[in-house]
Amino acid sequence: MLIAIVLITIVVILIFVGVGIYNGLVGARNQTKNAWAQIDVQLKRRHDLIPNLVETVKGYMEHERGTLEAVTQARNLAQSLANAPVADRAKAEGELGVALSRLLAVAENYPTLKANENFLALQEELASTENKIGFSRQFYNDCVLKYNNMTQMFPSNIIASMGGFHAGEFFEVKVEAEREAPKVSFAKPGNK
Amino acid sequence: MWEQIRENQVRSAALIVTMGILLLLIGAVIGYVFLGSWEAGLIMAVIIWLIMNLVALFQGDSIMLAMSNAKKIGPDDHPRLYNVVEEMKIASGLEKMPDIYIIDDPAMNAFATGRDPEHASLAVTSGLLNKMSRDELQGVVGHEIGHIKNRDIRLMMLASILLGAIVMLAWYATRIGLFGGFGGRRSSGRGGGIVAIIVIIVGLLLMILAPIMAQVMYFAISRRREYLADASSALYTRYPEGLASALEKLANGDTKVRAANKATAPSYIANPYYRGATGTGGDLFATHPPLADRIRILRAMGGASYRDYEQAYKSAKNESIIGKGALALAGDEKVAIRPPSPSEDKLDVQQQIDRVRETSGALWKLHNYKSFNCGNCGAGLKLPPGFKGNKVRCPHCGTVNQV
Repeated sequence: MLIAIVLITIVVILIFVGVGIYNGLVGARNQTKNAWAQIDVQLKRRHDLIPNLVETVKGYMEHERGTLEAVTQARNLAQSLANAPVADRAKAEGELGVALSRLLAVAENYPTLKANENFLALQEELASTENKIGFSRQFYNDCVLKYNNMTQMFPSNIIASMGGFHAGEFFEVKVEAEREAPKVSFAKPGNK
Repeated sequence: MWEQIRENQVRSAALIVTMGILLLLIGAVIGYVFLGSWEAGLIMAVIIWLIMNLVALFQGDSIMLAMSNAKKIGPDDHPRLYNVVEEMKIASGLEKMPDIYIIDDPAMNAFATGRDPEHASLAVTSGLLNKMSRDELQGVVGHEIGHIKNRDIRLMMLASILLGAIVMLAWYATRIGLFGGFGGRRSSGRGGGIVAIIVIIVGLLLMILAPIMAQVMYFAISRRREYLADASSALYTRYPEGLASALEKLANGDTKVRAANKATAPSYIANPYYRGATGTGGDLFATHPPLADRIRILRAMGGASYRDYEQAYKSAKNESIIGKGALALAGDEKVAIRPPSPSEDKLDVQQQIDRVRETSGALWKLHNYKSFNCGNCGAGLKLPPGFKGNKVRCPHCGTVNQV
């Protein structure tokens, strides 16, 4: 009788612990998905900012029509590829980043433009959006790291293998994430 | 990210429980001495504690923000601050954007408040906004978001309520005891002789020692939490030097916030009481660890992970700060420190002026001043909230502007 009670108690405790770990794993996996979505949000935000930037800058930079058109084109291409395979998207976003940094570098040569409040505000927004892309990528990688560690650590690895939580799948996504948002440095003039 | 730094949670919880037992002890002794029953005292202590808890839970953050004279801002009021907070919100994986406040005070300081991450607020002084570079501001905001993410605010609230209740009970008990005489128990005539005397002596000692013990414990929790928030900031920003150099500015500058008081002091990033809050040694009654120690640890970090902070802390203090669970989750992966943001350190005079204007402009706006630019010379003009007229002469060039 006593043995039966002890056994039942142990089983119940084990079930509770197991459910707790399972929920933890699900939570960690969902967190990686949410983190992935955050990157998308920030990339879209960058697309939205660009028409405004081009509109503001146009009047001041008569002689830089080529640079401006390159930015607009890169932006339109990146936007049209929003649902394309990740590799294509990454390439388009990378080109947009390069075109943007070129434009902002050229802008340094126009003192009147740099005094424009609108432009200053946009510059802050763009710089911050770049940071946010970087930070959402960083958070995504942190999440994947935590999730992978959970699937490999004892005792959560037992539940993970039973419940079909695979670290490997996400490692691939992690590599994609790194290609997704290329590092854009807001270069100083003459430093392309 | 690794939100539950669990071992620390346990350690802090143990301290809280000890404080709770202290409170109950005091209640029981007061009950025994003045009312003739342990239980009455216990119940009284619990009721006082519950009321204080309820008030703090639902009003704590707004009381603190009101006491600090803080003004809430939106994305357009101060874009730089708003963006930096949003960046740190993303980096930490916080689900809801905290409310942001600016305190109009030339001193440099910041604090976070709110009962949980869904109801969190963060306040920064205008002095800090004016004097910190973007990387430094990011470090400070990362530290505050760390407090929110690690759920320090609720813990400190719990601790400060217990402390408050203990101090209050002890204070009233000693006053009543001194002036009314410890006669309540004796005049009830139930005897007990030597037991009653022992209880009274123990009670007196308790009244004197309990508030001191509670304070020491409270400050111990507070200091630990500061180190942990520093570790979080380094992880979120991937740039420990940002916070280190911000703390250096705090150490050399003025952190004395006019609106701060004893109750709100531990929430600030640096002690808001002392000018040049450098502080030395491990003072038992310090709410904050010495800034010099915090800076040294941040600068000794080889990477930006919790493991790196743990190592740096260990070599400085010879003890552990981050729990094993959090370290295991962090794994052995190397977390590299990012390079500093370009050109931030060498702001020219015009940029510095712009930065101060940005902040003061936000404050004017928050006080309901209308602002517009003169049609002729472009000077920024501000109209007080009660302004009724429709014409304003520009003090700069004399042009009369239509409003």
